[in-house]
Amino acid sequence: MTSGSEQSERERSNKDVPKIRLRGLTKRFGDKVVLDGIDLDVMPGTSMVVIGGSGSGKSVLLKCILGLIAPDEGTIEIDGTNVLALDRARRETIRAQIGMLFQNGALFDSLPVWENVAFGLLARRLASRADAKARAETVLAQVGLAPSVGELWPAELSGGMQKRVGLARAIAARPEVLFFDEPTTGLDPIMGAVIDGLIVDCVKTLGSTAIAITHDMLSARRIGDRAAMLFKGRIVWQGAASELMESGNAMVDQFTHGRREGPIQMELRK
Amino acid sequence: MSAFLDFVASLGRFLIGACLGTGRLTLFAVEGLSHIFRPPFYGRQFLRAMLEIGYLSLPVVALTAVFTGMVLALQSSTGLSRFAADSAVASLVVLSVTRELGPVLAGLMVAGRAGAAMAAEIGTMRVTDQVDALTTLSTNPMKYLVAPRLLAGLVALPLLVMVADILGVLGGFIIGVVKLGFNPGIYLSNTLDFLRTDDVVSGLAKAGVFGFLIALMGCYHGYNSKGGAQGVGAATTSAVVAASVLILAFDYVLTELFFAR
Repeated sequence: MTSGSEQSERERSNKDVPKIRLRGLTKRFGDKVVLDGIDLDVMPGTSMVVIGGSGSGKSVLLKCILGLIAPDEGTIEIDGTNVLALDRARRETIRAQIGMLFQNGALFDSLPVWENVAFGLLARRLASRADAKARAETVLAQVGLAPSVGELWPAELSGGMQKRVGLARAIAARPEVLFFDEPTTGLDPIMGAVIDGLIVDCVKTLGSTAIAITHDMLSARRIGDRAAMLFKGRIVWQGAASELMESGNAMVDQFTHGRREGPIQMELRK
Repeated sequence: MSAFLDFVASLGRFLIGACLGTGRLTLFAVEGLSHIFRPPFYGRQFLRAMLEIGYLSLPVVALTAVFTGMVLALQSSTGLSRFAADSAVASLVVLSVTRELGPVLAGLMVAGRAGAAMAAEIGTMRVTDQVDALTTLSTNPMKYLVAPRLLAGLVALPLLVMVADILGVLGGFIIGVVKLGFNPGIYLSNTLDFLRTDDVVSGLAKAGVFGFLIALMGCYHGYNSKGGAQGVGAATTSAVVAASVLILAFDYVLTELFFAR
């Protein structure tokens, strides 16, 4: 039997342990160092936004945490466990706690929308097809889509609807961790705001920990509690997302205000 | 001297590349095959692949078989008549179709149709992150995409070749009776008298191997495609070319294995 004070003590200490902790994460492709010793903590129930220019290593960072790419050095801890040291089966178990919204939706063309949304439940045999379909309709409603959308094919959806369906698929299994890869890219400003709102609602409702990568500053401030900037494979700044526009860091200021002049020089071929 | 060294270096690079490619392909095939026997099994994916490879390839394979049987009867008749051996037309048609032309031509047709479709579909899934999405949804892409297709290739092509054998003989029969004036009963009797079980079985065994190779090439090239639409196009071409060449090469190897004395 544990006393109430012990339990609350444990809950407090769990809150102090980052949900995701990266230490010295390094990834090279040939001679090119894409991630160069990344250290990053994401606390439980918070949203971290990673900003940075194209080719700065944001997507590789997410893919490393997801286990899609093996890093060359460093550790990735989820709930205090170094996932890189786990066997395949335990890594699968941890991966099942993660939902991901891909930049282009990455919906399965050969399946109707409802099967896309319920794919994780069906793949892990967590529900019968009838139950999975009912769950898919509930989650579609959560992202503002009618049940009839479930019968459509991904190719019949607009870009905004595909993003919503991708979000529905990411949250269908109620994951503890959510990743968002450029959630508003290619959307008009209103749809971008709608998607951001849905992301914030979903993260709050599920109590999930989230990492989003984006170079949409409005979206970064709407989604994120914390923000970090990646430049040439390194974290050059971390702080509250609300401080992004007045960070006091020359690189962040140049990036967030979209200035041509500054410490970040575009590498142009001559 | 430096030109010679350059030549040796490029030859070495080619050989190392070929060894690496063969090793990667072998590992891919072994992993794909191992997933056929390990749960979870994706029955729907298997049935879908059977539909793609088998049922939807049926018209093109059927037409190819009928015309091949017809041409064989015509050609062998003109050739054999020089040796007054016209009566051998029926047996020549049935042996050629069951042992050789049925499996090879069906294999080449399926490689062009289903192999290309497989490479294009998996390749598109790769470049649009759908393969990564499978992984994030706790689904092994090798198990979900590759294993069902390998099994379907292995099963569907022998079934197609059975149909092709019958239709090829039928094509020869039609020409033999209608154009060459054979008595239908005698033609059929000549066909069946010279046909042995191992002629058919060897053709079906070849078909199983060819089906596996077609699916393997489609999956391998699609799975490893990169670089957008151009990459998917290149993967599709590579899948069809590699499958066609392998079918012809393995046809020789298997014929040597089955019939060489």
